[in-house]
Amino acid sequence: MASADGGAYSFSLTTFSPSGKLVQIEHALAAVSAGTTSLGIKATNGIVIATEKKSSSILIDDSMLEKVAVICPNIGIVYSGMGPDFRILVAKARKSAQAYWKIYGEYPPTLVLTQEVATLMQEATQSGGVRPYGVSLLVAGWDATRGPMLYQVDPSGSFWAWKASAIGKNMVNAKTFLEKRYNDDIGLEDAIHTALLTLKEGFEGQMTEKTIEIGVVSVPTPAEGETGKVDTATARPKPTFRKLTEEEVRDYLAL
Amino acid sequence: MSIMEYNGGSVIAMVGKDCVAIASDLRLGNQALTVATNFEKIFPVTDRIYIGLPGLATDVTTLRERFRYRVNMYTIKESRTIEPSTFAHLVSSTLYERRFGPYFIEPIIAGLERNPATGELSPYIAGADLIGCLNFAKDFVVAGTASDKLFGVAEGLWEPGLEPEDLFETISQTLLNAVDRDAYSGWGAIVHVITKDKVISRTLKGRMD
Repeated sequence: MASADGGAYSFSLTTFSPSGKLVQIEHALAAVSAGTTSLGIKATNGIVIATEKKSSSILIDDSMLEKVAVICPNIGIVYSGMGPDFRILVAKARKSAQAYWKIYGEYPPTLVLTQEVATLMQEATQSGGVRPYGVSLLVAGWDATRGPMLYQVDPSGSFWAWKASAIGKNMVNAKTFLEKRYNDDIGLEDAIHTALLTLKEGFEGQMTEKTIEIGVVSVPTPAEGETGKVDTATARPKPTFRKLTEEEVRDYLAL
Repeated sequence: MSIMEYNGGSVIAMVGKDCVAIASDLRLGNQALTVATNFEKIFPVTDRIYIGLPGLATDVTTLRERFRYRVNMYTIKESRTIEPSTFAHLVSSTLYERRFGPYFIEPIIAGLERNPATGELSPYIAGADLIGCLNFAKDFVVAGTASDKLFGVAEGLWEPGLEPEDLFETISQTLLNAVDRDAYSGWGAIVHVITKDKVISRTLKGRMD
């Protein structure tokens, strides 16, 4: 029966079970675990985030698929789980970054953007008529206060900082692999190769520039920092996050 | 009668060598009638940023509280202290939010900006109009009912590379002499000189009439 307030369906779908669990959130995590593997590694001079990009049919034009997203010049994110949910979060995160820019004249630090996105995801666990987001995110960014930072955000809205982490299918194996390969003075180039090796572990089919996506955060040198936050030619902030082109990915795969 | 001149008052900020100074008069008036001679218009934002708020007295108090709120929220949320350039943008956007019903204040910001790469502190001053159009200056910024006079005197007295004590003398003379030519400003002054390791604040007597 239709009622103005939405009736019983206006209650939050996420309800505590007698044992104190939120089963909806656990189901959301299951959706994440079924998604393709993504990982992130923090290096001394940057961060790499990478993901497997799998399409269900060879007939699909995969040039349209985008799994690593630029949020603002200093932050990028990658996900495992449900693509459509990710798109919504990307749009909201970008909006939030621009809103921050409008107030402070600079882009948000990675922590602030992560907190904002985590808050959005938490709201979906406590509001009426919605379901939790079916994604986990890896947020990679650089800011002057904290330097390069890598965060993971889960459907529950909890987030942590990582030196290296993996989400999605094979995340347990991938994390074990990363634990073995990671050390505190790894460089960005080594980190990219470690990222590719880790992805390769659980990869089904051929790993090509079409089937993986990579994003990197590079730490500006003191000299670059000295010349200021803005590119004089374009009058825009110099990006510290960027996606690798297919050519660059191919070169890394060839090595 | 302009609402900007209703209560009177003036503020000036100047750049020195590794230091900045900001000063204001102390008069609060009701048009030509002087109501108080201890009305401060400059407030600390952090331990190395000060903001001067000349204009309508009721908005001085309101804006002071709004900026205190917004800076406190920033400090907690981001667990870091705000930098002058960031604070200037915050001031600008706060004022522009009221584009079509503005606060009648022309703020002046003075502080020392930390370079995130080197850790060095460099002088930073900025002024804004009542809807938040920022004016960054290398030398000095002025605002308030004596702004045109302040501009003239500062143009004559200021020179680059002043040490804190010389900067104090320059800004004090500039302010006192300018407000003597303005009926709505005066009755003594307060001067803050912000240096690397301390802020020097002094209250001055001027022509008390």
